[in-house]
Amino acid sequence: MSILNSKIPSGPLADKWTNHKASLRLVSPANRKKLDIIVVGTGLSGSGAASTLGEMGYNVKVFCYQDSPRRAHSVAAQGGINAAKNYKNDGDSIFRLFYDMIKGGDFRAREANVYRAAEVSNLVIDHYTALGVPFARDYGGLLDNRSFGGVQVSRTFYAKGQTGQQCLLGGYSALIRQVQAGTVTMYPRREMLDLVVVDGRARGIITRNLITGEIESHSAHAVVLATGGYGTIYYLSTLAINSNGSAAWKAHKRGAFFANPSFIQIHPTSIPVLNNYQSKLTLMSESLRNDGRVWVPKKKGDTRNPNDIPEDERDYYLERRYPAFGNLVPRDVASRAAKERCDSGYGVGPTGLSVYLDFRDAIQKQGRKAIEDKYGNLFEMYEKITGESPYETPMRIYPAGHYTMGGLWVDYNLMTTIPGLFAIGESNFSDHGANRLGASSLMQCAGDGYFILPYTIANYLADFIHEPRLSTDLPEFKHAISEVQDRIQRLLSVNGKEPVSDFHKRLGKIMWDYCGMVRNEQGLIKAMELITDLEAEFWKNVKVPGRSTEMNQELEKAGRVADYFELAKLLCADALNRKESCGAHFREESQTETGEAKRDDENFSYVAVWEYKGGGKDPQLHKEPLTFENVKLQERSYQ
Amino acid sequence: MKIYLKIWRQKSPKDKGRFEMYPLDGVSPEMSFLEMLDYLNKTLIKEGKEPVVFESDCREGICGTCGLYINGRPHGNLRKTTTCELYMREFADGETITVEPWRAGAFPVVKDLVVDRHAFEKIMQAGGFITVNAGAAPDANTIPIPRDSFDKAFEAATCIGCGACVAACKNASAMLFVAAKVSHLALLPQGKPEAARRAKAMVAKMDELGFGSCTNTGACEAECPKGISIANIARLNREFLKANLKE
Ligand code: SF4
Ligand code: FES
Repeated sequence: MSILNSKIPSGPLADKWTNHKASLRLVSPANRKKLDIIVVGTGLSGSGAASTLGEMGYNVKVFCYQDSPRRAHSVAAQGGINAAKNYKNDGDSIFRLFYDMIKGGDFRAREANVYRAAEVSNLVIDHYTALGVPFARDYGGLLDNRSFGGVQVSRTFYAKGQTGQQCLLGGYSALIRQVQAGTVTMYPRREMLDLVVVDGRARGIITRNLITGEIESHSAHAVVLATGGYGTIYYLSTLAINSNGSAAWKAHKRGAFFANPSFIQIHPTSIPVLNNYQSKLTLMSESLRNDGRVWVPKKKGDTRNPNDIPEDERDYYLERRYPAFGNLVPRDVASRAAKERCDSGYGVGPTGLSVYLDFRDAIQKQGRKAIEDKYGNLFEMYEKITGESPYETPMRIYPAGHYTMGGLWVDYNLMTTIPGLFAIGESNFSDHGANRLGASSLMQCAGDGYFILPYTIANYLADFIHEPRLSTDLPEFKHAISEVQDRIQRLLSVNGKEPVSDFHKRLGKIMWDYCGMVRNEQGLIKAMELITDLEAEFWKNVKVPGRSTEMNQELEKAGRVADYFELAKLLCADALNRKESCGAHFREESQTETGEAKRDDENFSYVAVWEYKGGGKDPQLHKEPLTFENVKLQERSYQ
Repeated sequence: MKIYLKIWRQKSPKDKGRFEMYPLDGVSPEMSFLEMLDYLNKTLIKEGKEPVVFESDCREGICGTCGLYINGRPHGNLRKTTTCELYMREFADGETITVEPWRAGAFPVVKDLVVDRHAFEKIMQAGGFITVNAGAAPDANTIPIPRDSFDKAFEAATCIGCGACVAACKNASAMLFVAAKVSHLALLPQGKPEAARRAKAMVAKMDELGFGSCTNTGACEAECPKGISIANIARLNREFLKANLKE
């Protein structure tokens, strides 16, 4: 296991980060401007890292595929952002937040990382507030909190149902301030197509200018990936349609190990698939489960109008199965329970693939106004999409691919197995174990960006203060460019018949059916065969129109889908290897008599870390053992 | 349903551009407007033709990427709706639908229906922020904010930067966009110290970039998908006056 050094500092859990920070080397202000740092992605983690590094005086280059950094997909996060402020005086603390995350992640995350994420959470709230992020306030003008994601304290800060948007716009404002100040150079509409490694260190990236098609190279002393998750591997997901896993995958192929790739959160409350041409699924915030009650008819195939179904003919199955947590069970539990009901024939709606989320009782008790205050914008959004008002008819919801807990393996310093390559936010694997708790993604992303990476990257850069800028004329850059160009030519020259999106959709269906909410050995093996076949067909029959030297969205999509075929196989291999059920990863072979997930701590208490061995070769598995010194491993029970 | 699409095609910023007609059969009322365009593109690709280039990302009304001029109105004719939130059930069988990019001098067309909104970035850079470095902030609850001004700040903060206000305005003014940011920050105690300077710098940048001036027609408010109120423009004017008085 020597190959993986997680660099977890020694000492008591609560002191690790403080002591570690004290031991990290610094770079003096005068030297910082001589050091170039590339940041890819401008969501909460990327904008946070870039603006903070800019404020410190480094020379930062930031890349995003959108036309503006303000549109990164963090913008769509709805529910909230956690912090251990204990403003509610309900007994919250850093330790409790840490504990909830460890338990929520089903004991598959690193204690030290999770504790640190909880520790810096308060700073994040302070910073966003100072940047003008309008988190909800009570009548006294102080910050309000709500309970979220099945925890017993109220620690979630929120900005109506658009917390991600407000945090991101705050982060964006700090970022553009640095652009104005000249410390950050912004490169919008660029897609990273390769990582450049020189003498074993990450030294730059290759990008495509999405307007002109030009292939560009950029060098730096260090590279930070803040490129988000790969949930669009399911085709339909709650993600922005251009979100993709390509940057992380390219880094993986250049030597960055990939950890727990099959840990993907399926969010229980998305608007269900309505038609065959659907391009994405829209999330309905989990906060709705605070007041909405989930049910299906007790009778199979009951097609009555939901309002006509009397109380005693409704099955409030979450309340029935999980009396202690009821509708507030964690996401993975709620998702599987919905799937179970639908698979057994109790699902509702035209496809039978949805369940009701009903606000009737909440409206009766609290009044329409109170519900409108809390969820007005979500109800509106739902009505726009479905044409039905949730004030009058229960919402219909179904699980959808949402968040990837897995990602690039990083050590405690957030550095990958390639020296000089860092991964932050959703693109790394480190803080959410096998299942992420609601409202902890914004928290982790911002924490990584503002308050962790800026310290740890300095420690790395301290060795290179005398190193001059690297010329992009080096053979390593030239070589990467020609590989990128070759692949673009290959994609364009297939000249088959089927559009890229058809392949993507077919891949998504394979993944959803065999590597989605429920997995088993046979299915995973089958999925790997199906993916291999589909990939071969893609390279024979895909149609990518247009040229490489112009704006060409089909070409962009084709590259991403081609990467997804490769990543998809790794996901299946990982899911196959992990014969236990834990968190979002549910192996049919490993369940209790009542159908709950059964963990196997003896054999699987480790992070599965995959090394790329070259095309056509099997990836190599490395294991990072997980040890728990501060919490007791226990069965995660919500009954 | 069958519809007739009249779509603006333009190869590059220099190309003159023209409308082209595309009859499209098999459209379902449940498709979103953008899914209908996806479907058109798939059909075009299969016929060996160039797909229509348009932009979108979140497809749920929050990122501000999408933005099409549909039947003469930015984001189509539903109020408080982005293009990606528009569904085909709003259109009639047999209807001819005209689709164009935003038209404004400061937003040049990149290709087909895509425009370059970089000018918004420049305006934001000029002052759309609060000066505070990471790590320097006091505890978040140090400064209470009265509900009333907080609520107004929140409303202004929901601008998605789509540019529909500019596209709707006969002067192609960016006043609503600028006013939303200035108001959001000026209404919060954290943003007050820089309020006047911010207003001045952002307005100056807007003028410099070739956006027109505001003549209070209110077209922007009517077309803004987030319902940003023109009351914000009045607030911007006050801040702007303050800035000038200080000199
Ligand atoms: S003010 Fe409204 S129309 Fe203008 S950019 Fe903002 S959201 Fe779009
Ligand atoms: S695509 Fe994001 S607002 Fe329409």
